[in-house]
Amino acid sequence: MEKEEIIDALKQNFSEKIRDISVQFGDEIIVIDRNSLLDIVKFLKAEPYAFTMLLDLTCVDYKGEELRFEMVYHLFSLSTNIRLRIKTRLPEKDPSIDSLTSVWKNANWLEREAYDMFGIRFDGHPYLRRLFMYDGFEGHPLRKDYPLRKRQPRIRMRK
Amino acid sequence: MKGGFITTTLNSMLGWGRKFSLFQYPFITACCGMEYMSVACAHYDLDRFGMGWTRFSPRQADMLLVVGTITQKEAPILKTVYDQMTEPKWVVAFGACAVSGGIYDNYAVVQGIDNIIPVDVYIPGCPPRPETILNALIKLQEKIQKEGHDWRWKKKK
Repeated sequence: MEKEEIIDALKQNFSEKIRDISVQFGDEIIVIDRNSLLDIVKFLKAEPYAFTMLLDLTCVDYKGEELRFEMVYHLFSLSTNIRLRIKTRLPEKDPSIDSLTSVWKNANWLEREAYDMFGIRFDGHPYLRRLFMYDGFEGHPLRKDYPLRKRQPRIRMRK
Repeated sequence: MKGGFITTTLNSMLGWGRKFSLFQYPFITACCGMEYMSVACAHYDLDRFGMGWTRFSPRQADMLLVVGTITQKEAPILKTVYDQMTEPKWVVAFGACAVSGGIYDNYAVVQGIDNIIPVDVYIPGCPPRPETILNALIKLQEKIQKEGHDWRWKKKK
């Protein structure tokens, strides 16, 4: 299977939900509406495209823009050896998106990380709790407006 | 410590005994651990200096080796381990991260473990070379020899 077949199939099935398709570093980037994420992802995971691996799931903070957060999903198909990037933008006031835990199991911790670092809410996530930072940590440290010098020690510092 | 012939001799004897029977507790969290392993094993051999015994319980250890980055999340754990050690005890900050936070000046990392517990010897380097570590541990032994020893150990502040 070639990349073009997948792109064509996506264009046919989700024509009004796909905003943009471009190529960077040899991989396709598909920019979609956030509401259609689950549909598109399930379509890609099913045969014959078989994107059985979610390589990475992360977030980018574009502070100052109305659609502030950009979710990035890296997919990989073991049977066809094709990689695909899916991007979607979330508004600052309501940074929430469907959870992919029902599709890929490893999305669980990746989404917990994105929640921890950026404060993205994942609807349908079974256990949305901080992954790296401790309980009682305030704010989301990878957001651009988190103060650079802010420290939140758990115990009293000696100096 | 002021004293007569008997107390100073006893003190010196205690110092000699303690400096050559340092039981270590390695608190290893990061890549400096590889360097620690090479020092502790046969090639550089800490046992030559009487530090061969690694204790995996802080209650039996004299020397706490803090090897690697200490995050804010980990700080209370390190403090608990230190508090569990019985007196007399000494702490070695091993590597740039334990000394000062190293390259990690951010929201997650403690800027030097002396923010949490008192430190006796600092070993710089990212990671330190085995020779540096041996030098630092010999310095610690010299320090222990010079310290005023008391049967009733006074708590460090």
